[in-house]
Amino acid sequence: MATLAPPLQKNELAKTSNLKRPRRYAHRMYPHWFLLPGAAIYTVLFIAPTFASFYFAFTRWTLFDVQFIGFDNFVTFFTDPQLSKGFTNTLIYGVLTSGLKVVLGLLLGVLLTSNILARGYLRAVVFFPVLVSTVGVGITFQALMDPFDGAINRTLAIFGIEGPGWLTDPTLVLYSIIAVDVWKGVGLAALIYMAGLVAIPRDYYEAARVDGAGAWDNFRHITLPLVRPATTTVVILSLIGGLRSFELIWAMTGGGPGFSSDVVASVIYKQYAAGFYGLSTAGNVVLFVLVSAIILPLFLWLNRKQTDL
Amino acid sequence: MSSHSRRALMLAAAGVATVTLGLSGCAAGGGGSETEGAVTLTWFQGSGVETNIQTADALAAAFHKKNPDITVKVDASGPSDSAQLDNLMKTRLATGEMPDMFWYNSGSLLQALNPDQTMLNLKDEDFIDNLDDAWINSVSTENGIYGVPVQSAGGGGIFYNIPLYEELGLEVPKTWDEFLANAQKIKDAGHVAVEQTYGDTWTSQILTLADFYNVYASDEDWASQYTENKVNFADDPVAVKSFTKLQDLVEGGFLNVDFASAKLDDGLKAVATGTAANYPMLGFAQATIATNYPDNVDDVGFFGIPGESADKSGMTVWEPPALYAPANTPHPDAVKKFMAFIASPEGCDTITEALGVTGAYPVKGCTLPDGAPKIVADMLPYFDSGDLAPALEFLSPVKGPNLMQITVEVGSGIRDGKSGAELYDEDAAKQAQQLGLPGW
Amino acid sequence: MKRHVAARHVTGIIAILVSAILFLVPFGFIVVQTFKTGPEAARLDFGLPTQFVFFDNVAKVFETRDFMLVTAFINSTILTVLSVSIMVVLSAMIGWVLARRPSRWNGLISFLILAGLIVPPAIVPTAWVMQRLGIFNTIGGLALVEVAYGMAFCILLFRAFVSTIPRELDEAATIDGAGPIRLFFRIGFPLLRGVIVTAIVVQSVAVFNDFANPLYFLPGERNATVQLTLYNFQSQFQTTWNLLFTNILLITIPPLLMYIFFNRQIVAGLTSGAVKG
Repeated sequence: MATLAPPLQKNELAKTSNLKRPRRYAHRMYPHWFLLPGAAIYTVLFIAPTFASFYFAFTRWTLFDVQFIGFDNFVTFFTDPQLSKGFTNTLIYGVLTSGLKVVLGLLLGVLLTSNILARGYLRAVVFFPVLVSTVGVGITFQALMDPFDGAINRTLAIFGIEGPGWLTDPTLVLYSIIAVDVWKGVGLAALIYMAGLVAIPRDYYEAARVDGAGAWDNFRHITLPLVRPATTTVVILSLIGGLRSFELIWAMTGGGPGFSSDVVASVIYKQYAAGFYGLSTAGNVVLFVLVSAIILPLFLWLNRKQTDL
Repeated sequence: MSSHSRRALMLAAAGVATVTLGLSGCAAGGGGSETEGAVTLTWFQGSGVETNIQTADALAAAFHKKNPDITVKVDASGPSDSAQLDNLMKTRLATGEMPDMFWYNSGSLLQALNPDQTMLNLKDEDFIDNLDDAWINSVSTENGIYGVPVQSAGGGGIFYNIPLYEELGLEVPKTWDEFLANAQKIKDAGHVAVEQTYGDTWTSQILTLADFYNVYASDEDWASQYTENKVNFADDPVAVKSFTKLQDLVEGGFLNVDFASAKLDDGLKAVATGTAANYPMLGFAQATIATNYPDNVDDVGFFGIPGESADKSGMTVWEPPALYAPANTPHPDAVKKFMAFIASPEGCDTITEALGVTGAYPVKGCTLPDGAPKIVADMLPYFDSGDLAPALEFLSPVKGPNLMQITVEVGSGIRDGKSGAELYDEDAAKQAQQLGLPGW
Repeated sequence: MKRHVAARHVTGIIAILVSAILFLVPFGFIVVQTFKTGPEAARLDFGLPTQFVFFDNVAKVFETRDFMLVTAFINSTILTVLSVSIMVVLSAMIGWVLARRPSRWNGLISFLILAGLIVPPAIVPTAWVMQRLGIFNTIGGLALVEVAYGMAFCILLFRAFVSTIPRELDEAATIDGAGPIRLFFRIGFPLLRGVIVTAIVVQSVAVFNDFANPLYFLPGERNATVQLTLYNFQSQFQTTWNLLFTNILLITIPPLLMYIFFNRQIVAGLTSGAVKG
């Protein structure tokens, strides 16, 4: 059976010690029962109900009556006129938010672990948006991005620029929400990067300095490879989050104007609200397959790279 | 396979078994039995609408005064977003965790809650005789009657600013063409002819829904044929106008510049203070005008959405929302006692006292005090002459969930009226299939 | 060296300016609204208030619906502390063993963990399971649900970072006679401090700000959580902006305090982590 996640600790040190130690050592010091309490909760309250619910994807389900209808829900789901737009939007949203969080998060991580002025202040403000609730962020930016009364366009007007309808222009709305999503989430990415960056032994940089390496060389040949566990984590978390998230979209536009900022998850949510439970479960299965198809190969690839270190 | 992993696997299997058991026998929630003496009933209201919470509080207080051993507690927590609230209601009913009573729409939306399985049937109660037939239709299935009205029925149509109409010498339009001609004059005079507020998405569908009277006037059986999938909006020359009228407004340039982001309150303010001449709206909003713009209450009048011919003008009517009880309430007798109070003239008077007059009550023997506000006074002639049609959602269970998004598209010029109607027909077809209606 | 100092100042000043515009301005916007009366706040601009009514606003927000905010603060705090402590300990144990002791089941386990991040939970079947177990409508039951929903994130984070801890430290401890539990809590836990604090902060914010799960699994007004209080001022038809923003500000304070407290721990964890290796 192919392993999805090769062990992460195959650096030289670990390899040698692995060879020295008998298997019994691992049995004794890292017992499997450590997994049990968590696995029990996770299985009973998440895995079992969630996967069992997939059965309802093949039914007309009113929450009270269940009638088996085969693949009809999937047919209906895929013939939804808004769906192709939803898929495109989902991909744009997932890729852009995650890409921007990786790049800006790493940049901020480097900056905030360096010996910069007012480091404490900067760490605090960058992380601040993570603490505010999605609904709160949505309300605030809805107000700031109002095309006429919003602070953003009023400020632009001072410079003689007529600001666009950030959330009312169908071609722009998705990107406005993406910007807010990145604003809200980049602090977390930066934090994960910071944790990864400080774990890099200083000796490496010392040695490089002796060899006469510049700042860019250091970044390229020491920081970037050694911060890879953090990168993997940020990419996976933010991409999954981006592909299935809709809370912020819901708080800011409800998927509108019209259907312009709908993503697959918000289409599903609306179906559930309309009482189409079987259909929305089918949608969840489709979304699960879609996200898995993107994430699993990526996860595999990122972890494989790691073992090459 | 190690013994540890085998154990984990068994654990997973046990989890699945638990679920299967859960599916076969849905546990009844609540518990507790009807006891003598003091009873406390919980009314789940949700936080959506301030005037509705006022209504609930007033009814609870008035009833408690008459029946000191029954206390009704209004739970006004919950999301105000309507989709979230819908999800919550359905989930609570499905899991048997709904409190003793709850407020919800009457009409087609009720059907999605499966009242026959989830709700307390009131069919055999004496107080049902106090309710008028149109109301009973909107809260029943073939097997039962489930709700009592917690507000008054009101019309949907156009709110208009009377001083502005007078200033420009305009008459209340009898046809859609006259309405557009008026709009042109208002626009030429430098005012906003029609206010729209798509920042509150649901307001976009009012013109389309309130136009149903004109469809009904052309064919009284339209709704039942619609339920059987024999007519639809896109191919019916009259019904398609419910969508193209929105297109007329945006193409004529009659809308306020901020139509895409404005909210309900902006719209009410505009039509009350005369910034805009017309605003498509439902009668219940009168209460909000009275609260927020008390000086302008008599400046706002009302007329139904104009149709093709002047001698066939009328108004589309919405039945009020209802109070229902879940089937598993531990206090069915106390609940019924409270409902009997609501479905009586005393109940109506309590609501009128809390909210003022917003329309006519579907309860026999209820009277309205003199001096109704102008909007309601303008609705009364339609009630008197019978030029009324219930909104489509009270005549047919078919209602597409995406109407408000589609009307935003048509009303903003993203999509034309005809293709909006086609899209809505598809949307409604999907809903009919999900309901399992014959003919779809 | 001089050039370095100059560069440091230039980058620092640029960073401070940019961060102020991007991050402080929206925050300032929220704060300014809390000073205003209803009609002034409804204009949603940066104009300064003509009347400073911040304390009136705070009082009103607290009083609304029988001090619902106080109830909500208590509920959200209990829920957060309970669920995050269970979640973090159990996930760290899992991450620790998974990273240290790979097996052929790792593939399946990884898939199940990722699934936890990918699939939105099914509310109704979960409620059925909880009713069967008799933990529906209990704070403990809800905490376990939050544990189940937050665990995937934590495990993924921990497993990635356990690999950065050299095994030599484990072995040294074993030679000193430590058992698996002591090894984990004495060696693993402290070395993972930076990541653990990250997980605590992130999950605390998520649970504290959660309102959907409490609504479904612990219904009733007396069980309200802080997010739910926002809807007291944002109804379907009308928004009371000054009180809404005051509420947003008030419910952001506990996570902010928690972050300020843990921020030092992160820094401490960072420096101690840097020495090892």
